[in-house]
Amino acid sequence: MTQLKGWREIPIGGMILAAGSAVEYRTGGWRAFRPVFGETACIHCMQCWLFCPDSSILVDVENENMTGFDLAYCKGCGICASVCPVNAKVMRETGEALKRDDSRLCIRMVEEGKFKEQGDEQIRSTDWR
Amino acid sequence: MSKFEALTGDNAVAMAMRQINPDVVAAYPITPQTETVEFFAEYVADGLVDTEFVCVESEHSAMSACVGASAAGARVMTATSANGLALMWEIVYIAASLRCPIVMSVVNRALSGPINIHCDHSDVMGMRDSGWIILFSESGQEAYDNTIQAVRIAEHPDVLLPVAVCQDGFITSHAMERVEVYDDSDVKAFVGAYGPRWPLLDLEHPKTYGPLDFYDYYYEHKRQQVEAMEHAQGVILEMAEEFNRKFNRDYGLFEPYRLEDAEVAVIAANSTAGTAKVVVDALRAEGLKVGLLKPRVFRPFPAQELVDALRHLKAVAVMDRSISFGAMDNAGPLYLELVAALAAHSVHMPVADYVYGLGGRDIRPGEVERVFRQTLEMAETGQAARRVTYLGVRE
Amino acid sequence: MSTRELTEIRWHGRGGQGVVTAGKLLAETALGSGQYFQAFPDFGPERMGAPIRAYTRLSAKPITIHSQIENPDVVLVLDPTLLGSVPVAEGLREDGILLVNTPMGPQAVRQITSFHTGKVCTVDASHIAIDELGREITNTPMLGAFARATGLFDMEALIKQVRAWFGSKVTSGVVEANIRALRRAAEEVVEG
Repeated sequence: MTQLKGWREIPIGGMILAAGSAVEYRTGGWRAFRPVFGETACIHCMQCWLFCPDSSILVDVENENMTGFDLAYCKGCGICASVCPVNAKVMRETGEALKRDDSRLCIRMVEEGKFKEQGDEQIRSTDWR
Repeated sequence: MSKFEALTGDNAVAMAMRQINPDVVAAYPITPQTETVEFFAEYVADGLVDTEFVCVESEHSAMSACVGASAAGARVMTATSANGLALMWEIVYIAASLRCPIVMSVVNRALSGPINIHCDHSDVMGMRDSGWIILFSESGQEAYDNTIQAVRIAEHPDVLLPVAVCQDGFITSHAMERVEVYDDSDVKAFVGAYGPRWPLLDLEHPKTYGPLDFYDYYYEHKRQQVEAMEHAQGVILEMAEEFNRKFNRDYGLFEPYRLEDAEVAVIAANSTAGTAKVVVDALRAEGLKVGLLKPRVFRPFPAQELVDALRHLKAVAVMDRSISFGAMDNAGPLYLELVAALAAHSVHMPVADYVYGLGGRDIRPGEVERVFRQTLEMAETGQAARRVTYLGVRE
Repeated sequence: MSTRELTEIRWHGRGGQGVVTAGKLLAETALGSGQYFQAFPDFGPERMGAPIRAYTRLSAKPITIHSQIENPDVVLVLDPTLLGSVPVAEGLREDGILLVNTPMGPQAVRQITSFHTGKVCTVDASHIAIDELGREITNTPMLGAFARATGLFDMEALIKQVRAWFGSKVTSGVVEANIRALRRAAEEVVEG
């Protein structure tokens, strides 16, 4: 728990005099569900990356591949699973509304408690600054 | 070399704005501020200024654009009145709390309803807790002078607060009077260049304005605003001194008129002070020891200095051009703040409030004379016959 | 003419007749001659044709009073149709001057306005305006009559100001027509 600063020690007017400071706020701890994806099923359309509100879809830019989820920040909102067109195709083919953690889906949302490791180590480098 | 021109108060403020040549003006027209914006728009169209003039669709947008521009690092000015000011209310608070040194002309007009386009002070009184520095002006000349000084006050590194320069709607804003207009280069030299410390457009030093505060930091940010207000008074006096040296016009926190040897005094702001001066002279000619105190700086309220200036008097009457509905005795705000100041500084004297001129109702010398005479009576009896009088209302 | 330090003037006219301009022109003339002044309109919503009032204060000393003018020293009526419908002489000081644009004479004006003291001057400024300017904009001829009737301004100072006011906004023909109208009204104004 960081020590809270007095009024003389902070910039005036609530200004934040640094760039990208949101990186320091690790929101991964908010997660109740963790996304898991099927690498063979994934078509690398990047819709999940486009819609993720926390910029937590990891991509391999060179090979234009989606590679996973940044668990330091992923809040488990499930938007990636909602927009995934492979998920939509699977549901259309089965004719059912599948449960979020159904193994036939490309991106599944699995209860966080089911994972043994914490899964919040910072995967992404912050050297982009 | 300065020259004298026949200018309305609105025109005088526009003139100051032209000479200041701000980076951005975002404004929406509203009577009786309209002429200021019209004149300034002409200057923009004629290429007399470099200002980026942003035509917005409401006052809320006007102040929002001003805050954005100011945060970006621009020197920003605007103008409004009454309901225009009311419409921008949330952003007015934000301008102060984000420490944007915006200078705004507030041409005082009554707040609706019913709709009234004429002068009273209800508009500016609605922003008295907003964190803005507030200056009153008796005439177009004072509005012009205050606008020029406001830029330096706002931008001072120990202050960094927005400043509202008031003048009475129609009474001075639309009255043509003899105004001394200083040389363009002298005004330019006085205001100098704006050196914003944390402009958003400085990409070498990225930053964010306007983030979320929880209960862990909001209070501290407010405490910083208090600090700025505390510094503001000294800065205002410093700028007034510099202004006086350059332009030979002496301004302070307020103007005492024949006050030093007075027995009673009236406190009146803006144009009414001018009318009151005529009455003071007439009563003095009768041998009555009366004086006037004309407030100039309303925020930060110079309590100690006011108390010291009034201490020797036997009685004081405050003239308020607005009502604080539901406040003690439904009095006006100037009265309420003055009695608080006297009480806090343990100075006991009878004080009465005279609410007048609401919605532009004319205040005549005869009525001001009555206020003085009643105050003299109050000095005799040692107490106000009535704490609040609504002067000029038809019963 | 009152010998008080402050001269208060009220103008009556209709919206669109240049009443406010006349007040401002007078203010500019005062500025040029080193006097202090205030010029302000009545603050109602104005539309073309509506009766309006404007006010001017003149003084050799700085003017700080800001209330409305209750008892003018001079009243000017720019539109003859206002006589009888608007109480133009209301509040006019006993020793005041009433100057009216009308083909009628001063005695007739006194009858209508019930102003039986002071000085009443009349001039048919409308006729002069139509003759010289082709339009019934009576402010410049009225200013000429005003200068003559009150002696408050030097005619030449006034004319100089009128020229400066128009500047290059209108053709020199129009400017000269206005000056002619001004001089003519000064000649033709009668007192009674």
